[in-house]
Amino acid sequence: MTPVPDHLKRLSPRVAANGILLVILALVPVYAAVTGNAFVITLFTRVLILALASLSLNLIMGFGGMVSFGHAAYLGIGGYAVGILAKEGIGSALVQWPVAIAAAALYALVVGALSLRTRGVYFIMITLAFAQMVYYVAIGLDRYGGDDGLTIYQRSRFGGFLNLDNKTLFYYLCFALLLAGIYLIWRVVNSRFGLVVQGARSNERRMRAIGFPTFRYKLVCFVIAGAMCGLAGALLANHTNFISPAMMHWTRSGDLMVMVVIGGMQAMFGPLIGAMTFLLLDEALSNVTDYPNLILGPLLLGVAIYLNGGIDGLIGGGRRG
Amino acid sequence: MVDVLLKIETLTKRFGGVVASDAISLILPQGELHAVIGPNGAGKTSLIGQLTGEITSDSGRIRFAGHDITTLPVYRRSQLGLARSFQITSLFPEFSALDNVALAVQAHDGHSFRFWRNARRDPALREPARAAIERAGLADRAEMQVADLSHGERRQLEIAMALATRPRLLLLDEPMAGMGPEESARLVDMLRRLKGSVTIVLIEHDMDAVFALADRISVLVYGRIIASGDAEAIRADPAVREAYLGESPAKPAATPGGAAQGGEHG
Repeated sequence: MTPVPDHLKRLSPRVAANGILLVILALVPVYAAVTGNAFVITLFTRVLILALASLSLNLIMGFGGMVSFGHAAYLGIGGYAVGILAKEGIGSALVQWPVAIAAAALYALVVGALSLRTRGVYFIMITLAFAQMVYYVAIGLDRYGGDDGLTIYQRSRFGGFLNLDNKTLFYYLCFALLLAGIYLIWRVVNSRFGLVVQGARSNERRMRAIGFPTFRYKLVCFVIAGAMCGLAGALLANHTNFISPAMMHWTRSGDLMVMVVIGGMQAMFGPLIGAMTFLLLDEALSNVTDYPNLILGPLLLGVAIYLNGGIDGLIGGGRRG
Repeated sequence: MVDVLLKIETLTKRFGGVVASDAISLILPQGELHAVIGPNGAGKTSLIGQLTGEITSDSGRIRFAGHDITTLPVYRRSQLGLARSFQITSLFPEFSALDNVALAVQAHDGHSFRFWRNARRDPALREPARAAIERAGLADRAEMQVADLSHGERRQLEIAMALATRPRLLLLDEPMAGMGPEESARLVDMLRRLKGSVTIVLIEHDMDAVFALADRISVLVYGRIIASGDAEAIRADPAVREAYLGESPAKPAATPGGAAQGGEHG
């Protein structure tokens, strides 16, 4: 047999599938323009934003083994940063977005510092408890709509340079940020830092024995994920022009976990595949039944039981790269 | 006068009513291979735990390489040059053998807050790791996943990882447990070559290995050191015979403790 050339060897089913996925996503606005179906853009913008959120969750849950059950809180914090600043008359994205990212990172620092010394069920419960706390704080914010939420009348401004009211442009901005996020995660998990985090997932006791202070690496990883999800929250608030405590309801945290698991933990494109599958199925099922969860639930169970590695594992067949 | 590397002073640990280590004192000069033997439940693994920092001692002091490490956390002791192998193999099963060793190298190559460069292509990590894995006789297994290695190979990898941290003191907790005679012999060879270049505390049930390798032997019974000395002195010590070797004085101790041979898994 003649050896397979390198560039063809790299064209595994997984790479091919991911490539096709990216092409499809790049063409969504074109499809929308041709068919006049603007809803497709709205739906897929949501896919991209929640993919960014699941991507950040995959960093700590998939690679770091830190099963956080409060990840929606970062979406909420990022969203509220945008909404609150908008209401107070500060509309510039150059202020809103860094504040959203910083606030989420700070929250992650506090939660991580207190929760990362525990593990297993205790870790899950503490992250959930913190998220519930933020949820109820948001309900208590009467000035910002309380339980009813708050409409954002103007999307984040880039000083006339970018107009986020343009749906196509906003879509591509989200797309670009997601791609940047995937690249960032890819670099990070293969770096020295990333190997420490993965080693701590695999065998933390051994990591300490060979000389790693694992806690501080896990904490920084937690903060990176929080910051990234804070950005997703800022995007989400711009997307829906609305913030409310429902953004960070605990079921939303569960949805993000489901997306990561469906797509494939520790897979670079897993969160994107998972978010897309989840939201498209949810959308399709909502059109035919009032109870989409009746079908989504068993489906997830099936993936969890039969597809170790999620959809990405199904496509790739073998080890992840 | 040889430098003292490790000095243990009246180290004590109780678990409830059980005294795991009872005022243990021990001095290890640089370069010595010191074996600790004793029946099951004598407190050997507890002693290792206290030395590495996984178990906090109730009282006593540990001085290592000029530092008082009694209260230091595990990773700090490792950074000072104290390495261990685990009685039950403890590796990173999802990683390749080489990745495992490279992580150990990385732990001692400055901080790891480096987020960008691919660590698997970093010669500063891969080259020392490859050298360590070759020394352990696992060169042709370097790219294999740990899950696919044999039991003996994992034991060797375990030691290769400990050595990759370039330790001054190596704590080996029953490295021969579960090994076949051939693998044991290979490990004895490896330890013999290591001897002198690194100070070693060896906990082992395989008495042939212990008597072949150790410069000095300490016998631990119920958390107390009842005797300490070279192989001859230990063989001749009546208290040792009574408490541990349990043999009639007529028969010299070649491979005593047949019941203990299977290893202590607790």
